[in-house]
Amino acid sequence: MINWLVRNSFQRLVLLVIVSIMAHAVVHLAPGEPSEVDPTNPRMKAEDVARIRAAFHLDDPIHLQYVRWLRDLASGDLKSFKDGQPVVEKIGQRFWNSLPLFLVATLLIWTLSFPTGIHAALRRGSVFDRSATLTAYALISIPGFCLAYLFIMFMVNVVGAPVIGMRTFGTEQASTMLQFMDRLWHLTLPALMLALGGIAVLSRYVRAQMLEVVGQDYVRTAIAKGLDRDRVIYGHALRNALLPFITMFGLMLPGLVGGSVIFEQIFAWPGIGRLGYEAILARDFPVILTINFIAAVVTLAGTFISDLLYAWADPRIRLQ
Amino acid sequence: MSDMPSANAELSAATSSSPARLAWARLQRDRLAMAGIAVLALLGLAALFGWLATSASSPWAVASLDPATVRLTDKLAAPMSAASALVSESERPFLGVYLMGTDELGRDVFARMLQGAPVSLLIGFVAVGIALVVGVLVGALAGYFAERTVLGLSIDTVLMRLTDAMLCFPTFFLILTVVALLPASIYNIMVVIGLTSWMSTARFVRAEVLSLRNRDFVAAARALGLGPARIIWAHVLPNTMSPVLVTATIGVATAILTESALSFLGFGVQPPDATWGNILADGKVFIFDAPWLFFIPGFAILAVVLAFNLVGEGLREALDPRLRHLREAAPAAIRTVRASGRKRTAMADGSSTAGQ
Repeated sequence: MINWLVRNSFQRLVLLVIVSIMAHAVVHLAPGEPSEVDPTNPRMKAEDVARIRAAFHLDDPIHLQYVRWLRDLASGDLKSFKDGQPVVEKIGQRFWNSLPLFLVATLLIWTLSFPTGIHAALRRGSVFDRSATLTAYALISIPGFCLAYLFIMFMVNVVGAPVIGMRTFGTEQASTMLQFMDRLWHLTLPALMLALGGIAVLSRYVRAQMLEVVGQDYVRTAIAKGLDRDRVIYGHALRNALLPFITMFGLMLPGLVGGSVIFEQIFAWPGIGRLGYEAILARDFPVILTINFIAAVVTLAGTFISDLLYAWADPRIRLQ
Repeated sequence: MSDMPSANAELSAATSSSPARLAWARLQRDRLAMAGIAVLALLGLAALFGWLATSASSPWAVASLDPATVRLTDKLAAPMSAASALVSESERPFLGVYLMGTDELGRDVFARMLQGAPVSLLIGFVAVGIALVVGVLVGALAGYFAERTVLGLSIDTVLMRLTDAMLCFPTFFLILTVVALLPASIYNIMVVIGLTSWMSTARFVRAEVLSLRNRDFVAAARALGLGPARIIWAHVLPNTMSPVLVTATIGVATAILTESALSFLGFGVQPPDATWGNILADGKVFIFDAPWLFFIPGFAILAVVLAFNLVGEGLREALDPRLRHLREAAPAAIRTVRASGRKRTAMADGSSTAGQ
């Protein structure tokens, strides 16, 4: 067990280095440069470009730039190209804004897709199953922003849900409770939009997984013993059907960051995805690279926890 | 003589039960997948017609379907409205009617949709083609030469760690970064989408090849003196093709969606090239004033992507004998339980009995 932990952590560390080197290479070798953000600006002269390149050490060999980035990131000295603010602080602030969004979206995905999938599998071919299937397909087939616009039109007119920002302006003096409720209300639509795609995909997996498990011999045995139906479904079938989803949890994390780029843009949510988009527009390499790095760390940590949970949940698996 | 017809029937029965034909027969029973195929056939025709009729270099270009014709007098005309008298004879739309309305420059949306159809499809197919080539190559090499070592590391380890590393990236963020840094071009978008979506193909091709390479038919091929390249290409890979086909079909759908998301953020295919994604992204501003600019491309994308997804899922079920078995056997057991012995104790079912 200890052996596995050490070896696995080491492997993940190596993977993280590979990821960061790849990201660094891609960003630095691509033709776009911070000095070319505004190529039509007549005041930009050749010496200005040279000064910008020198200031950001863009003329150094690429491996030196990588080492500098890593060193600055570790020591917290990494500065944004755009405004000279410390990158870690900048991202940290935005990350705390995005976190509730990610948490609520994850919660929605996992709580809504399981009942839907299980119900659809147990009543295969029923009206519910077919409409759930078709809805799921429609949800993964429509461009995310298109669906978001339709939802905005509907929700604003019918429910009056807020669609801009994280809070109502001018509520700073209000009671904590009211502010909290206001935050939550603002979270509704963005989190739902971020979750919908995941719900569609995951509920299909749950359904397929349930269908596979209820055909197994041990389920037939349990039925033959005359056990209660709920007992068979939830005690025997579901428990075994759940196992693969432990792995999926870790792998779904980078998708949240990617999806947040679009949805934070739509809902003017000052989160990490929007920061990433702004950084891309400004060719702010340190911020782009660090967001990528954080996403990779989160993913690797997620799959690590998944592996541990898997071993804990399935006694057939030994970590060695 | 009297034996002949029955012998023929047997023969045709034998030929008609090839795996591909069986899969096709199964697919035909899947109504959703067949509807998807019908939509895709229509789309194919539309794309072909659009390519011939709207591209400037085509000898069959139809002047009334020129997507670039600007008619400022007829801007934001509703669908099915006739062209006004102010439009000159040479600039009149197809049949004199704006079938799908016009945009803010008075360009015919119908013509632009026709122009966009082949471009959107091309993005999907080229991106998936690249992803398949890379994925199959990486998977086959990692699986077949798993033990060979390079610099002390096995090929399998090297390639699979690379795949794992790629899976750690938030894909859309990576695509956006690269597309934004590269010069705006439709080819860059295809290549970048392709190079960021090969990982799942590589993983399952590797798994398949690992299990196939120790089979007798591969040993036989090796005994015949065939080289590894030929064994992989002619004997191993054909056996991994059905999941590849499924992934490819769904991959086209994903690529079309990715392109539209890029267009939304302003990094998609740039004008004058029209794709359904950028027509939709440009139309979002007019969602209240000219809803057709938003809804027509939106629902066109929905229909096409849905069709690709349904066909992909249909293929998955038709090509996988294991799933078919499950589909027939599984739920009956639970159903019998539901129908017959409902021996629930009052405690286990307390809430629902209380309700009754």
